[in-house]
Amino acid sequence: MQKRAIVQANAEQWVQCARCKKILFRPDFERALRVCPHCGHHHRLRARERILLTVDPDTFQETDADLRPGDPLSFPEYADKLRKGTASAGETEAMLIGEACLSGVPIIIGAMDFGFMGGSMGSVVGEKVARAFERAVERRCPVILFCASGGARMQEGLISLMQMAKTTAAVGRLNRAGLPYIAVFTDPTMAGVLASFASLADVILAEPGALVGFAGQRVAAQASVGKPPANFQTAEFQHEHGMIDLIVPRRNIRPTLSYLLEMFQAPCTGGDAP
Amino acid sequence: MMTIFDFEKPINELESAIAELRQLATEKGLDRSREIAELEAQRERLLKQIFAHLRPWDKVLLARHPKRPYALDYIRLMCESFLELHGDRLGFDDPAIVGGLAKLGGRNLVIVGQQKGRDLKERQKRNFAMAKPEGYRKAMRLFRLAEKFRLPVLTLVDTPAADPGVESESRGISEAIAQSMLTLFELTVPTAAVILGEGGSGGAIALAATNRVLMLEHAIYSVIPPEGCAAILYRDPSKAPQAADALKLTAESARELGLIDLVIPEPLGAAHRDPQTTALSVRAAVLQQLDELSALSPEALRDHRYQRFRQMGVFEAVG
Repeated sequence: MQKRAIVQANAEQWVQCARCKKILFRPDFERALRVCPHCGHHHRLRARERILLTVDPDTFQETDADLRPGDPLSFPEYADKLRKGTASAGETEAMLIGEACLSGVPIIIGAMDFGFMGGSMGSVVGEKVARAFERAVERRCPVILFCASGGARMQEGLISLMQMAKTTAAVGRLNRAGLPYIAVFTDPTMAGVLASFASLADVILAEPGALVGFAGQRVAAQASVGKPPANFQTAEFQHEHGMIDLIVPRRNIRPTLSYLLEMFQAPCTGGDAP
Repeated sequence: MMTIFDFEKPINELESAIAELRQLATEKGLDRSREIAELEAQRERLLKQIFAHLRPWDKVLLARHPKRPYALDYIRLMCESFLELHGDRLGFDDPAIVGGLAKLGGRNLVIVGQQKGRDLKERQKRNFAMAKPEGYRKAMRLFRLAEKFRLPVLTLVDTPAADPGVESESRGISEAIAQSMLTLFELTVPTAAVILGEGGSGGAIALAATNRVLMLEHAIYSVIPPEGCAAILYRDPSKAPQAADALKLTAESARELGLIDLVIPEPLGAAHRDPQTTALSVRAAVLQQLDELSALSPEALRDHRYQRFRQMGVFEAVG
C-alpha cells in the first residue's frame, strides 16, 4: 500500500514534453513556465494560469464571471460539449476577463482557454471581449488579450459569426478613445478569432511555435498550387510575412508587455505636466 | 452547363415537355395551345408545391445554383449606371471582388460585391468569388472613398468563403477581413448589405458589418459550410443536409434570430427563373433602407451600426 503511494507520488513528479518526448522533472518544468528546457516547446496554459503568471500578484479581479452560454439553435451535442468543457477546463467559458495591474499600471486583461471547446468564440466569448474593450474606455486603461482559439463556435451558428463583427466594433471604440490594445497569440490562434479582434491590436506578440492561421491546414493545402512551406501557419511564418510584430518566449512576455505599456502611457500622465 | 437538382427535376421535366410541344406545334403547324396551357398551369402548381416545402439543404443548392444571378447581373439590372473601379493600391486587383460608383434610383453610391464566374474560365478568373486579402483591401479603399465623398455604401455578398490558400495566408487574409469590418464600422455614411447567394462565414461578414443587412429569400448565411460542419459533427461530409438543418442558415432563420433586417422575396421558382423581377425587388428594398438611414446623422449612423451588432448574442447571467 505505502510503496504504491510512493510510486504514484513519484510519477506525478515527472512529465513528458509533448514535442520532443523527453521526460522532465515537474518542478523544473513549472519553474520554466511549462516551456521544455530541451526543445523549447511552449506547452499550453490554462487561461487563469496565464493571467496569474502575467499580472502583479494579487491584483487580478475577474469580471463578468456570471455569463453562461445558451443553446440558441438547440444544436446537436452542444449542451453535452459545454458540460464537458466546464469539467475539463474548470471554467464556465472559453474566455476569462478582468481587471488587474501590470508593473503597477491598471489594465483590462483577458485570456482564452483552449481547453474549453477549443477556445471557440460564441456569444459569451464575444460578449466578454466587447465588455473588456468598453470597460477599458470607461476606465481609460489599456487592454491585453491572450488569444487561444480554433475560431468561431460552430454550435451557435450565425450568432457566432456575428461575434466577429461585435468584437471588431468594440476595438474601434477603443481606438477612438486613443487607448492601447496588445494581443498575444498563443497556440493556437485561428480563423474567426484571428480574422476579427485578434488581428486588430496595436502591437501583436506571439509565443514561439504557436499555430496561427485562417483556414485549416488541409483546406489551405487543397486550395493552393504546390505544397505549403514547412513552417506554414506558425507564428514564425506570420512574423516573416509581417503579420506579427515580435515572437516572444514565454518568460519575456511580461517584461515586453510592461515595456509597451510604459511606451503607450500619455506623456501628461508622467507627473511633470503643469 | 445544365444543372438540375433533385427537387427541381419534376419541374424541369415539365418544362422540357412544354418546350417539346411548342416545337412540335411550330414544326407541324398544329394548335397545341390548350395542352401547353394545361402543362404550364401544372408547372405553376408544381413550383408552388415544391417551393412551399424547401428544406435548408435545398436552399443551399439554390444559393449555389449555377444560373443564379450574380453581383454584376444585379448591378446591371438595377442601376441606372455603374463605373467599375479597380485595384487595392497595394499591388493587386482581385477579380473576386468588384466595386465602383453607381447610380441607383437617382442616388450616387459606392457598390462593392463578390463576383462569381458564369463559365469555367470566368469561374477560375474570379476564384469562385473567394476573395484574397487584396480583394478586401480594394473594398476598404472604396469604403474610404465613399466616406470622403459622403456616398452611401451597398455591398453585395455572394461567396462560399474567403480564399483559404497559402498565398492569401501569406498576405494576411485574416487581418484583411478584420480591417474590412473595422473600416465599415468607422464609416459615417449609410451602409447596407444584401446577401445574394452564399454568405460564407468570415468572407461574408467582412462586407456585411453594415447598418442594414438584407437577404434574398433563398440565400444562405452561415458560420461554416454545411459540408465542413458535417465533417466535424458526423465525421461524414455527405451528411451536409443534416448539418444544414442544424446550422439554421436560411434567410428565414436569420430573420427569426434577429441577425438580419429583412428577407427580400424571390419570384416563384427562385431568382434564376426571373432575374429581372428579383433585381427590381432588391432595388426597391435597398432604396427603402437607404431612405430610412438617410434620416440619421453621421454620428448616429456609426452608433446605430455599433448597437446593431453589440446586442447580438444569446447568453444568461447567473446569480
